[in-house]
Amino acid sequence: MGKKADVWQGTLALMVLKTIETMGPLHGYGIARRIEQTSGNLLSLNYGTLYPALLKLEQEGSIASDWGVSDNNRRAKFYKLTRAGRKQLEKEARDWEQTTAIVARFLSPSGEEA
Amino acid sequence: MKRLRAWLVRLAGLLPNSRRERDLIDEIEGNVQLHIDENLRSGMSYLEARRNAILKLGGIEPTKEAYRDRSTIPFLENLLQDTRFSIRQLRKNPGFTATAVLMLALGLCANVTIFAFVDAALIKPLPYRDPTRLIGVYESIQLCPECPLSYFDYLDWKKLNHVFSSFDVYTGTGYLLNNPAGTEPVHGARVSGGFFRTLGVVPILGRDFYSGEDQPRAPNTAIITYTSWQKWFGGRRDVIGQTVRLSGVPHTIVGVLPRDFHFAPRGDAEFWAPLHPNASCENRRGCHNLLGVARLKDGVSVQTSLAAVKLIAQQLEKQYPDSNRGQGANVLPLSEVIAGKIRPILLMLLGGAGLLLLIACVNVVSLLLVRSENRRREIAVRRALGASTARLMRQFVAESLALVAIGSGLGVAAAYWAMQLLIKLIPADMMTGMPYLLGLGLNIRVLALFASISLASALLFSITPAFSSPLSDMREGMAEGSRGSAGNTWRRVGSKLVVLELATAMVLLVGAALLGESFYHLLHVDLGFQPDHLATIDIAAPEKAYATDEKAAALGRRVVTRAASLPRVNSVGIANIPPVSFNGNTDWIRFVGWPYHGEHNEVNTREVSSNYFRTVRAKLLRGRYFAESDDASKPSVVIISQALAKKSFPGEDPIGRRIGDTELSPKSIRQIVGIVDDIREGPLDSDTWPSEYLPFNQGPDNYFTLLVRTSQAERSVLPMLSAAIHQIDPSLGTLNESTMRERISESPTAYVHRSSAWLVGAFAGLALLLGVVGLYGVTAYSVSRRTHEIGVRMALGAERSTVYRLILKEAGWLTAAGIVAGVVCSLTTASLLAKLLFGVSSSDTATLGAVAAILAASALLASYFPARRAASVNPVDALRIE
Repeated sequence: MGKKADVWQGTLALMVLKTIETMGPLHGYGIARRIEQTSGNLLSLNYGTLYPALLKLEQEGSIASDWGVSDNNRRAKFYKLTRAGRKQLEKEARDWEQTTAIVARFLSPSGEEA
Repeated sequence: MKRLRAWLVRLAGLLPNSRRERDLIDEIEGNVQLHIDENLRSGMSYLEARRNAILKLGGIEPTKEAYRDRSTIPFLENLLQDTRFSIRQLRKNPGFTATAVLMLALGLCANVTIFAFVDAALIKPLPYRDPTRLIGVYESIQLCPECPLSYFDYLDWKKLNHVFSSFDVYTGTGYLLNNPAGTEPVHGARVSGGFFRTLGVVPILGRDFYSGEDQPRAPNTAIITYTSWQKWFGGRRDVIGQTVRLSGVPHTIVGVLPRDFHFAPRGDAEFWAPLHPNASCENRRGCHNLLGVARLKDGVSVQTSLAAVKLIAQQLEKQYPDSNRGQGANVLPLSEVIAGKIRPILLMLLGGAGLLLLIACVNVVSLLLVRSENRRREIAVRRALGASTARLMRQFVAESLALVAIGSGLGVAAAYWAMQLLIKLIPADMMTGMPYLLGLGLNIRVLALFASISLASALLFSITPAFSSPLSDMREGMAEGSRGSAGNTWRRVGSKLVVLELATAMVLLVGAALLGESFYHLLHVDLGFQPDHLATIDIAAPEKAYATDEKAAALGRRVVTRAASLPRVNSVGIANIPPVSFNGNTDWIRFVGWPYHGEHNEVNTREVSSNYFRTVRAKLLRGRYFAESDDASKPSVVIISQALAKKSFPGEDPIGRRIGDTELSPKSIRQIVGIVDDIREGPLDSDTWPSEYLPFNQGPDNYFTLLVRTSQAERSVLPMLSAAIHQIDPSLGTLNESTMRERISESPTAYVHRSSAWLVGAFAGLALLLGVVGLYGVTAYSVSRRTHEIGVRMALGAERSTVYRLILKEAGWLTAAGIVAGVVCSLTTASLLAKLLFGVSSSDTATLGAVAAILAASALLASYFPARRAASVNPVDALRIE
């Protein structure tokens, strides 16, 4: 397995939101694991950086948290998507797709002729 | 929106919250536990599982820290913490805090207060349209550079000039306001039709005068001021069109002026009427009673306009040599006309306040340096525990901000209070001449000055400790009893600052002493009469009822007879203008039988009753006083002042000579019957003009002052006097009930001198105090740093007197340097004061010497205490400090 990529600026929030949308209410550790797995273990995520990011999303009202019990009976804070968060996710996903599409056109060899 | 929400949540996070902290710990540790569980399931040992989980997290504490930073606003959180800490520090040291805060508050208070006055008088734009284009226009003669125009001269100047876009005139007048409650004397002004248009003032109610409304045949109308509207008409809007009787003449009110309107030259005028040239003065080219105000045409400078009106004046001189010879012209910016007199005083006070602030700041800086010197170890310890330079600097900033915040809060509150107090101390009479001061307050410009002083001092105090504290060298600071080189630097810098303080104190003390001496000279100026035990009251008679000279003269006699019959009254006199009011109300005279080449012989003219000179106790030098029989049926007589006798009849006896007007018209010829010693008719500080006195019976006036000499306290007869006058005729107006001594001490000149002497004196006292405190601080600091050295010297056999000498010599050098610098600065700055001085030279050696002695004595006292402490050092204790 080659060098792992760092999570680049601004994309962590999108990953978190998408993960919660797919998985339903989830605790911080679960979200971190899921992001790593989804990336096919290509991303190196420092789990500690996740918590301020979660807090930020919560302060912005995109996610809400509640205490609950995990599968193996551990007390944990579960995060779920709010309506505002769903909207934000849609918007950011669209923006991201647009950005990647633009960058892709620069990189594809046929881009110039098209 | 999202961002704002996040910020608000974080702002709320500044409040301490123990639940949040517990949740945070629970969450992170719970998640680590989940990770460990999973690692265990994948077959790791517990230790390995835990290590891996923590490693993957990036450390538990750093994670918590990052989380906390996100949950609040770190910058604010630190700031709050710093502030709390600095307030604790300041409370720990109340002596230092109180001194520093008080000094700062004092400096700020003085500056903000004085600046508010400067702003109201000199900076705030006048309430006219484009006020910088307005000028005051005057005729000028040698004796009087800014004198009124005559009506015909005004008309000619207006017609002939090409520099004014408009040119109008005004003159003061008095009315008796007849309202149901009785007769009230009120002030008014008569103006030419375009006066308010020239100023660019539009009535808020009704209309302006139209051009031509000032002509004799136009109906009598009046525009009233806002205060007058409120006072006499209850602010009712139907005032327009109402008729008001002014001195018996009905006037229709056509307009109300804006609330912020003021016009200092006629600050007391409540009723403004169109000019309607009268027959007494405005039908002669030689009678000057109108002051001009003009708006300059675009692109015309004040200089150009001056040259233009001078040219017109020269032309008129040739055209009308009889009346206009020697009549020049003068113009002044209107702002100068309105606030010119008060400017030097205000600027001087502002300078004084500035110096005071400087001293206060120097002292606070010196205190801060001493303090940070004493905190060397504390700072070194905090540094050793990991505080960064930036963090330490932030601490200093927080401390200075706390100091400045408290000091400036107190300062601005005190300034607000001081403004209210000072404005109340200005006599009402003077206030009418400075109506712009009513706009005094903490406006945006004053607050801007306040904010910039506060910020500048906060900045200064923030960087100060960095000069002395061991921000760089930790080990040196930790070393017990170390003597850093920084301390020596401060001893040098501090000494220089103290020299500066002492010099400043010296400058202010010299200023105060000179002003004090001036005031003393002013009050002891030779008046030519005895002002004690004289009660005075002004009487205004309605023009309609007392239209003829006979009626007016009869009224004068009745008033005198009635007043003389009152108990406790020794003698009674009347004069149309009492002494110590102003030079003016002049006559141009010529002597019968002398060659005449049109020279300007202008004298004060006063009409006085027969007993006037005896009542005021003026000295008769030759001839006789007036007799009651010198009335209209007898030949006209005149008494002249000694100054006129000396000027016009050197080495001759003037008694029996005759005086007339410039044309020697038969009606004007009067025989000189007496010479009195010069009575000071004008302000205390201006030269005595030659004067002539006419019998009241031969030239009565409708407005005159009754002067009563009593053996009792002069105030006690005033109520009786005013009652007696109203018994004679209820339609008579009385005003300015006062005593001669009060009139003198409240005269603008005395007031200006007294208040500037007091204010500068107060500044000087504070400066002396602060300078001495500064010297004490530096000397005490030096002693505390030399304790070890002194101990060694004493152990080696030095006498206590040697130690005294050692310390006093150090302080003595500083004092001497301060005094020398002070003398040099005083000599330069005192010359700026020259305008305000009276009877004393700005380089008065006795004053300089006395002030230097006071300063030296105070400085000696200030350095005596530290010297005594140094001399009482026990060598054993001193050496043990190490």
